[in-house]
Amino acid sequence: MSELAIEREIDRTKMSVSDEVAIQITGMNKWYGQFHVLRDINLTVNRGERIVIAGPSGSGKSTMIRCLNALEEHQEGQIIVDGTELTSDLKNIDKIRSEVGMCFQHFNLFPHLTILENCTLAPIWVRKTAKKEAEELAMHFLEKVKIPEQAHKYPGMLSGGQQQRVAIARSLCMKPRIMLFDEPTSALDPEMIKEVLDTMIELAEEGMTMLCVTHEMGFARQVANRVIFMADGQIVEQNEPEEFFNNPQSERTQQFLSQILGH
Amino acid sequence: MSTLTDPPKDSFRLSMLINDTRYRSLTFQALAFLAMALSFWYLGNNLVANLRAAGLNINFGFLGDTAGYDISQKLVEYSNQDSHSSAAFVGLLNTLLVAFLACITATVFGVVAGVLRLSKNWLVSKLMAFYVEIFRNIPVLIWIIIIFTIMTAFMPAPRAFRGDNATATMVFDAFAFTNRGIYTPLPWFSRGIFESQTLNWVLVLLVACGSWFAARRVNVWATAKQEETGERPNTLSMLLGIWLVPFVILMLIMGLSWEYPALKGFNFQGGIKVGGPLIALWFALSIYTGAFIAENVRAGIQAVSKGQTEAAAALGLRPSKVMNLVVLPQALRIIIPPLISQYLNITKNSSLAIVVGYADITATLGGITLNQTGRAIECVLLLMAFYLTASLLISLVMNVYNASVKLKER
Ligand SMILES: Nc1ncnc2c1ncn2[C@@H]1O[C@H](COP(=O)(O)OP(=O)(O)OP(=O)(O)O)[C@@H](O)[C@H]1O
Ligand SMILES: [Mg+2]
Repeated sequence: MSELAIEREIDRTKMSVSDEVAIQITGMNKWYGQFHVLRDINLTVNRGERIVIAGPSGSGKSTMIRCLNALEEHQEGQIIVDGTELTSDLKNIDKIRSEVGMCFQHFNLFPHLTILENCTLAPIWVRKTAKKEAEELAMHFLEKVKIPEQAHKYPGMLSGGQQQRVAIARSLCMKPRIMLFDEPTSALDPEMIKEVLDTMIELAEEGMTMLCVTHEMGFARQVANRVIFMADGQIVEQNEPEEFFNNPQSERTQQFLSQILGH
Repeated sequence: MSTLTDPPKDSFRLSMLINDTRYRSLTFQALAFLAMALSFWYLGNNLVANLRAAGLNINFGFLGDTAGYDISQKLVEYSNQDSHSSAAFVGLLNTLLVAFLACITATVFGVVAGVLRLSKNWLVSKLMAFYVEIFRNIPVLIWIIIIFTIMTAFMPAPRAFRGDNATATMVFDAFAFTNRGIYTPLPWFSRGIFESQTLNWVLVLLVACGSWFAARRVNVWATAKQEETGERPNTLSMLLGIWLVPFVILMLIMGLSWEYPALKGFNFQGGIKVGGPLIALWFALSIYTGAFIAENVRAGIQAVSKGQTEAAAALGLRPSKVMNLVVLPQALRIIIPPLISQYLNITKNSSLAIVVGYADITATLGGITLNQTGRAIECVLLLMAFYLTASLLISLVMNVYNASVKLKER
């Protein structure tokens, strides 16, 4: 949970935020049985925004971003992703899932497929891309995450950091316009955290809209243009990183920051 | 050159046989082998000595003698004037028949029940749980008896089909469900290409093999097309054509006819008789073992972590694709080894045939033949050899299949 230094200069030229709305959540509520996990969530994300979501364990961060690609159902309120409203309509869900990529804490690579096959599976079966084309695309993104030489290995033969980068490449192969990350680095050793964060920074530099649940405050400070703090299923506070870290408004946020930054 | 990199060679000491990891396992394997060889030698010697003392000798000559008993359910020609070895062969085929049928239906029951037990539908999943718990917790012998009793007690006797005020009627004038078994029409060829019906059926089988190869070619072609263009061509009509057209043409040429069972005297004649004992044994083995297979299937599917399904769904794959491309390939690896055991169990449990009078190999060779000739040791040795061979063959086939689906790297 330390503040990890990102040494390299970050290219901010493409990291501009447009006025176009990418995600709009209004009045969303979600229950697990009797348990009210998400309370009245309102959030607008513009195209090109890089948002970091922080908060104590169990505050509903994962649940919120999993609602955005219908891995979880919300019971109340409206979610519009890229102009498509998330309803229980399968067509809408398909459309949104093909535009939203997601990376998980535990990578979730398919162990029975090679790295290359992991990356070509969805383009071939969902996008109906020709195999050769899909493989070229996969190699392109594997080069981008700097592991083209692992293409014919199986996930079990790779290190954690490499696996997470494959997972990112696998999502990118679907050419998503929005990427969701759920604690992509919390299962990794410090050395590997850096390589994954570097990959994510590169994505940000290309103008990808990103929502990222993470405890990497260094990443939040330097890459995010907004930090959202959640507690008990609510968005308690949101602000630009500088303001958020230096001048937290609510008591919950101050308490959380003092714990996480170890002061 | 190599002297520099070679590790220093320590001289071999006897204690290294126990203490050195390089030799340790070899030592123990050699000791175990020695102990086993000694005990087999002792037991074999003991057997031979005791047999000699009792004035018995091992001799398989009795197999050539006339058996003298009838077998009602048989796959090959047999009469009571044939030898004991013919009777044993009829029994052997009967064992293989019921084991084969039960393996197929048990797998179908098991897969359906195992998948449905994971259904989100409360009623369906509870029904499947009920099926599994009821059937696997009551001994299969009891199920065989229950099903046989139900059949013989509640199904109409053949004579109920007779007369103007018959209490039972044939289904479609072709199928008769009686307390002695089920009678169905027998297909045969009136203008067969060969004199012998068997050869004609072999021809049908060959044509089916041809269709199978053609269907595989179509699949290969479809995959290639998909790899090239991305769109998988719809091969359903093509596959239907490949399977149906040659078959239908062959049937027309050879004049496929049906021999219907008909009531003659006290019983049905003609057609195929699937005897009550076979049905009871087949059905009992299927539902009993199916319950175990259902649990294996459920465990296999559940062992594939939720994260796999979620990752695949997040990539936009529809549930059926998630199942076929991600979950099943991983689940099969877990399902197949216990499935082998279940197939072996079916084969061995089929020896319970004797309680309903189904003439399997245990009932013929290990039952009537043994009692008539008194050749207990020979009969039991033959039975052991048969079950061992059958089981090892099943294991072999399934292990080859298992090797082809198992995960390459972990
Ligand atoms: N399937 C579920 N059924 C019932 N309750 C659940 C379920 N999934 C999550 N919860 C509960 O919802 C709350 C929010 O969970 P969530 O995983 O979103 O938290 P989080 O903020 O991501 O926490 P962490 O930082 O530990 O990942 C937790 O209290 C959790 O126990
Ligand atoms: Mg979480």
